[in-house]
Amino acid sequence: MKFSLSWLRTHLTTDASLAQIADTLNDIGLEVEGIEDRGAALAPFVIARVIEAVPHPNADRLRVCRVDTGSGEVGVVCGAPNARTGMTTVFAPPGTYIPGSGITLKIGEIRGVASAGMLVSAREMALGEDHDGIVDLPGDAPVGTPYAAWAGLDDPVIEISVTPNRGDALAVRGIARDLAAAGLGTLTPWNAPAINGTGASAIRWQDDFTEACPWILGRTVRGVRNGESPAWLKQRLESVGLRPINALADITNFFTIDLGRPLHVFDANKISGGVLTVRRGAGERFRGLHGKDVTVTGDDCVIADEAGVQSLAGIVGGAATGCDGTTTDVFIECALFDRVAIALSGQRSGIFSDARQRFERGIDVSLLPAALDAATAMVIALCGGEASAVTEAGAEPAWQRQASLRFERLRSFGRSDVTPDRAVGILGALGFTIAARDAAGVTVDVPPWRNDIASAGFSAGSTLDQHADLDPDQAMVVREGARAIEPEADLIEEVLRIEGLDRIVPVSLPPLTTVPTPSLTPRQARSVRARRVLAARGMAECVTFSFVDRATAARFGATPDSLTVANPIAADLDQMRPSPLVTIARAAAMNAARGFGDLALFEIGPGFRNETPAGQDLIAAGLRCGATPLSWLAPSRSVDAFDAKADAFAVLQDLGVPLEALQVSATAPGHYHPGRAGTIKQGPKTTIGSFGELHPSLCAALDLPAGSVGFEIDLGAIADPKRRRKSAPDISPLQPLRRDFAFVLDAGIAAEAVLRAAKSAERGLITDVTLFDRYAGDKLPAGKVSLAIAVTLQPKDKSLTDSEIEAVSAKIVAAVSKATNATLRG
Amino acid sequence: MSNDITTIELHARAAIDAAGDPAALDAVRVALLGKTGQVTALLKSLGGMDAELRKSFGAAVNALKNALAQAIEQRRVELDAAALTARLGAERIDITLPARPVLRGSIHPLSRTMEELTALFGAMGFTVKDGPDIEDDWYSFGALNIPSHHPARAMMDTFYLKAAGRNRPMVLRPHTSTLQIRTMLEQKPPIRVIVPGRTYRSDHDATHSPMFHQCEGLVIDRDITLAHLKGCLVDFLRAFFAVPDLKARFRSSYFPFTEPSMEIDIAWDRKTGVIGAGSDWLEILGSGMVHPNVLANCGIDPREYQGFAFGMGVERITMLKHGIADLRSFYESDIRWLSHYGTSPLAPVTLHEGDA
Repeated sequence: MKFSLSWLRTHLTTDASLAQIADTLNDIGLEVEGIEDRGAALAPFVIARVIEAVPHPNADRLRVCRVDTGSGEVGVVCGAPNARTGMTTVFAPPGTYIPGSGITLKIGEIRGVASAGMLVSAREMALGEDHDGIVDLPGDAPVGTPYAAWAGLDDPVIEISVTPNRGDALAVRGIARDLAAAGLGTLTPWNAPAINGTGASAIRWQDDFTEACPWILGRTVRGVRNGESPAWLKQRLESVGLRPINALADITNFFTIDLGRPLHVFDANKISGGVLTVRRGAGERFRGLHGKDVTVTGDDCVIADEAGVQSLAGIVGGAATGCDGTTTDVFIECALFDRVAIALSGQRSGIFSDARQRFERGIDVSLLPAALDAATAMVIALCGGEASAVTEAGAEPAWQRQASLRFERLRSFGRSDVTPDRAVGILGALGFTIAARDAAGVTVDVPPWRNDIASAGFSAGSTLDQHADLDPDQAMVVREGARAIEPEADLIEEVLRIEGLDRIVPVSLPPLTTVPTPSLTPRQARSVRARRVLAARGMAECVTFSFVDRATAARFGATPDSLTVANPIAADLDQMRPSPLVTIARAAAMNAARGFGDLALFEIGPGFRNETPAGQDLIAAGLRCGATPLSWLAPSRSVDAFDAKADAFAVLQDLGVPLEALQVSATAPGHYHPGRAGTIKQGPKTTIGSFGELHPSLCAALDLPAGSVGFEIDLGAIADPKRRRKSAPDISPLQPLRRDFAFVLDAGIAAEAVLRAAKSAERGLITDVTLFDRYAGDKLPAGKVSLAIAVTLQPKDKSLTDSEIEAVSAKIVAAVSKATNATLRG
Repeated sequence: MSNDITTIELHARAAIDAAGDPAALDAVRVALLGKTGQVTALLKSLGGMDAELRKSFGAAVNALKNALAQAIEQRRVELDAAALTARLGAERIDITLPARPVLRGSIHPLSRTMEELTALFGAMGFTVKDGPDIEDDWYSFGALNIPSHHPARAMMDTFYLKAAGRNRPMVLRPHTSTLQIRTMLEQKPPIRVIVPGRTYRSDHDATHSPMFHQCEGLVIDRDITLAHLKGCLVDFLRAFFAVPDLKARFRSSYFPFTEPSMEIDIAWDRKTGVIGAGSDWLEILGSGMVHPNVLANCGIDPREYQGFAFGMGVERITMLKHGIADLRSFYESDIRWLSHYGTSPLAPVTLHEGDA
């Protein structure tokens, strides 16, 4: 919402400065978006007269001018073709910054003639594109006066953002009222001149859609001349960025901004049948005044004559019945449209208009007759003509309602020290009238322009939307609570808004416990821990988008339609990702393309299986690619599946998952290399995650370095950590012993089977089994592999004898042989 | 006889000094003090002497023996030291060679900020609430007092999914306020929760990302006032930006789910970017007292309970705190950016270590 300071002053008598006004607007909820003060930039430019213009002695195209600046005579060399003796124009003295060209003037000499200043074009003042010559002003323009003041450009324009609840602030008058209430002056009284129309209107209303249009007024004015608007009106509209069209159209725009009261004018002679019907649309199409075709539906409220739809009610009028220079009889529409109907119609049509903006936020419901009279008076004043009587359909809706405020609530809710008198004074200044007051509180009548106050059950007012599963009795009790509290909360807001929220002294929250309890649940703490573990392993944490292009997403998992974004912002962000690995892979490819191909990235974020809360998993995923760092101490090597396995198991170990309870199976989802990846399970049912080398064709498709590896852990699949005290550790005073074994077995047998068998051969004694060598090659038969393990024996209460050690060794060999068909390597 | 001793000693000391390594020294020792050594021979000769002579000569030989043993030992220490010095010299390495490389990992600045939020609000008794990114439109709008026609819905450019749950449109939550609703349905007041998490809006330019992070806050109890809202948020802002006298202003505004609603600006200096003081204002937070309809939609009686809610952009406060210029860089995952702005996993946010 834009308005100029002079426009504001037509409704507000104030001597407040521009800065004070801006500060106050910010405080009371009318946030200032910007202030344009062209007068300040144009201050040095003054009106001047060319006393004499003669050809430059040394240049054909230049003239030497003697210029009367109002404060003395100066000589100026000028290149403009229109510079001439006696001309009134605009002069800029040396030192002036010329906004149109970005230079600052200096006293200079042009081809041997001194020049002390400049005569300027409109473009040089940044006032348009006109650069045919210097500004040519009327002869009576006062020499020596600042040009901006004379041209009406010294009128600062303020732009505020109006929140959706404040339809009344989409009017200069509404803004003035708020400022007056905030102590910045007095609101100027406004009364519409009474118009006594003669004769019935040539056009009358028929309202067949009262849900969308409860009340509509209009009248014809005959014998008008629709020319250009007078300068003051054009200037008003231009100051707020509206293009003047013709007087009749300009008048409607004026009232839209001035009173927040949209109007529409029809050329009465272009309407067929003498009746304008308010009805539902029926799929018709018409050309709107905005120059585009509009198609209306059965839910849209339209205004039609015998020939068809002529307007999308409250949003845009039709070109066919618009007013232009030929208009002699005008029909003025002044309607009340339902906020919801306009909002939904507006959303369907996608048309943004000043009228729509005001109707959907709510206009002054009682202002229609006065606004019609005011508009009629201006039509007659600017265009002449004779007004008919008012035609009307529907009726003024019952908008009258009350709200009450208990003064004590200002303290117990707002902790404000505002006195009852001050609170009542503020409400009065905002247009509330006092219906009753006692020591405890006040009851006020809500003014018709405040659609946001005590609005339950009124128009598009406050409605409850309670959770479907609430206990019905409880739902009713709290519903009554809301109905009782809401109007009062509305009034408290008004009082505190105007009083100033800054006046409330902050109070720290009282502690709930002296020492705060943990703010994370054990599950939440777990993802924090996982993040730290992975970063400590040298991985860089990423935060990537939850959506990605569908084709890429499909490479990593299911992409159900239900998880497709219906209105994606870009075609490549249209599918919810099944795992963070998808977008990390994209990030890795991007880094590799930039020359950083040795990477370790991870993310802890959502992966989506379906749209229910249970179908949104928290996943820790990581990706490594390229090679280990170069070093003179050890050769660099490519990352491999065991790096990813180590990452995954580091997380699981730190989260307290008992690693001995996990199984790794040699199958993995399709985005992994089928022979170089595994799935981690806990028990037969719970899949915790997967890891391994990424599928070569995936790497190729995403431009990932070949051999990239990754892992994914579903943090939600990990059982809640158990809070139980640890048993005392079994720390033996005796030294442990190590015995090494090498087994030869079929290469297809899982190494884990060897380790498990060895470990379980003598549970009480064997504390660790480590695989330290794996050999396959020409010293062994084809298809065979040798695995060497170191077994740690920890005696508990007495040292082991040689024969006992022999016996354990035999058990280990037997157990491994039995489980894997292995033989001890000779 | 005493000439013998003097001569032996003279020669012996020369031999000891001449021994160039432990083996040579040992050979000298054996030649002198060994079973067949010269000094040992002198001692053996004592048996054939008369008592008087034996006494005086014996003392002299013993003195010689001890003196030589001491000299040998001293020489041994010298040789050992020289050997060690030689060995150490031979073992010299170029200590300027680089150590084994260790990859340095990092925590993303957004995670860092969310951990800081958790610590600071945690100290004020808040717990962290999380919930689904995909919600139906009741949690996203209806429950929050934003009916379908409400112009506020247009304020949030919401992403819709093709799915429909409970016959309601499913959306990517446009704010973390959805968790206000889930919290109030799940737990009875007193409530103090924050909700740091992902949010989505259909907006993409230099200052908007289609995915970003918010931190919602909700406090409900019998006697929570507007003054607590101000106190809580000022306390937080001062701690987060580490500016104990940070100036903040509260401007009246509008959100459908709070009343009164306000926006909070902090003072800063536009030219230097310094936060907390200066003549410019920077919008940082939205907040307000929870709207009675929102309480009632969740089964809480607004006659009994009242409180406040707030929401802030995690990216925004992170950018301000660390002087990060470009929003898009947060999600781009350029490894150079990540290692520059990322923090060490070994310096987690703790109130006792500071920098929380």
